[in-house]
Amino acid sequence: MPSKQEALQPDALEPDTLESEPQDRSAEWVSGLDELDRVPVTETRLGRVGAGLWAATWPKVLALALVIAAWQVIFELELKPAWTLPAPLTVWEDLSSFVVTAEFWTAIRITMWRALTTFALALAVGTVLGIAVARFKPLRAAIGSLITGLQTMPSIMWFPLAILLFQISESAIAFVVVLGAVPSIANGLISGIDYVPKEWRRVGAILGMRGLTLYRHVILPATLPSYVSGLKQGWAFAWRSLMAGELLVIVAGQGSIGALMQGAREFNNAPRVLTWIIVVLLIGIAVDAIFRTADSRIKRKWGLAEVR
Amino acid sequence: MSLTRQATPAATARGAAVALHDVVKRYGRGPGAVTALDGVSLNVEPGRFTCLLGASGCGKSTLLSLVAGLDELTAGSIDHVDRPVAMMFQESALFPWLTVSGNVEIAMQVKGVGRAERRRRARELLEVVRLSGFADKRPHELSGGMRQRVALARALAQDASVLLMDEPFGALDAMTRDLLHDELERIWRERNLTVLFVTHNVREAVRLGDQVVLLSSRPGRVLETFDVGIERPRRIDSAPVAELAAEITDALRAEVSRHA
Repeated sequence: MPSKQEALQPDALEPDTLESEPQDRSAEWVSGLDELDRVPVTETRLGRVGAGLWAATWPKVLALALVIAAWQVIFELELKPAWTLPAPLTVWEDLSSFVVTAEFWTAIRITMWRALTTFALALAVGTVLGIAVARFKPLRAAIGSLITGLQTMPSIMWFPLAILLFQISESAIAFVVVLGAVPSIANGLISGIDYVPKEWRRVGAILGMRGLTLYRHVILPATLPSYVSGLKQGWAFAWRSLMAGELLVIVAGQGSIGALMQGAREFNNAPRVLTWIIVVLLIGIAVDAIFRTADSRIKRKWGLAEVR
Repeated sequence: MSLTRQATPAATARGAAVALHDVVKRYGRGPGAVTALDGVSLNVEPGRFTCLLGASGCGKSTLLSLVAGLDELTAGSIDHVDRPVAMMFQESALFPWLTVSGNVEIAMQVKGVGRAERRRRARELLEVVRLSGFADKRPHELSGGMRQRVALARALAQDASVLLMDEPFGALDAMTRDLLHDELERIWRERNLTVLFVTHNVREAVRLGDQVVLLSSRPGRVLETFDVGIERPRRIDSAPVAELAAEITDALRAEVSRHA
């Protein structure tokens, strides 16, 4: 380090040397200063991803362990009869024998397919709605606060209407799931567009971008972090709505998670009910990890925050 | 040493790259309206380095936005020989979702330059600002001075003959600023650019400018024009630069005191 600073000094003090060989000396000065200014990056990329994933996972594992311990304690105290609240081990036995059956995987497939298709629909609707509301002032005045209001609406409230409109069908479930997820996705995009730094818009304008070009090259990429957090929240709403829907709207022949869970309750099969609760929890954790990874990847690339 | 205060007649005869005639800019209406610029006339000669200097409230940034076409005039006119113009700001305003090279390429992408050609020219321009090894880095991995050089490369990628600079080195430390003065001077000469440079730093203005235009504050008017006859390459800490800077600082102080 000191040798580099010494190399800096002569240039800064003697104008003659600058004149005699300006190219070489100033090039040295530039790269010397660049080198000193650089922030050294020590961690490897792979290590960072792993650390991020671990940081997102371990609190969940710990929480799960605590819940299981508390559950065992309550079971030992016999506060509830064993056929309504089985021991963790009983549930574990049911879970481990059940996950190898075709019935289990069919239920997972049906539910996840519903989740993905309805979320994709919500994504499309939410994105278009978000851009439209952010772009057109009258539209924002008309439905901007309505979107925020809808976000606070418990989605289970929509089911009676959905059943009247679509009867007991896939459409009834999809209707409610989409209504649950769209406001979050749209709001994420709207606030993202609202908070695009004005310097970026100015650069876009200087580079000759107008209208759609400006959206494509500046505004939409700039909203990415906010959009992803909107998606994450939208997914949470979609997933809740879907579970509520599957418990209420049992479509004939579709052995989804919710349908099988209702069936288990009707047969007083408490271990199976708890098995499903655990499975749904695990799916939630897995999806959350995906969104977290996407989120921290963006933050890392943009230099927005240090990854823990 | 040749310090002259009047505009050189020869320069005026050469015509202007940008000519401002009685430019007026008012914000708001009625009694609450604020006049930022009040009758600014200025010839920015081609190939020359013009510094706009003034205290707060002189509307120097407003003036630059008007020349760039980012804002609309209230009255007067601005004539351009060559449009559009390139511009650089105090914030580098690089896009974090693009690499260093991508940030330079985007200036050409908008104009429909093909991918391979964009790559090639971005590489060339990064060489010009001496950042060849950083093409695939992200903006946040660079220092403030390096980011400003990327912003300069992006401005050069616009391939405009006029470069507007709005306090581009205002947020940098003294050593980095000193370095960027040298770099900017070199690039300006190599590329025969017309530069309109806004600053509130008197020494910086004298270090860089062929001409220093002093603006009054609230409203902004052209107070005085100084021709800087100091031979290049200049150094910010040399005696002639300090001498002229002191003279201009006196004029600036007199103007600021008027508002006491």
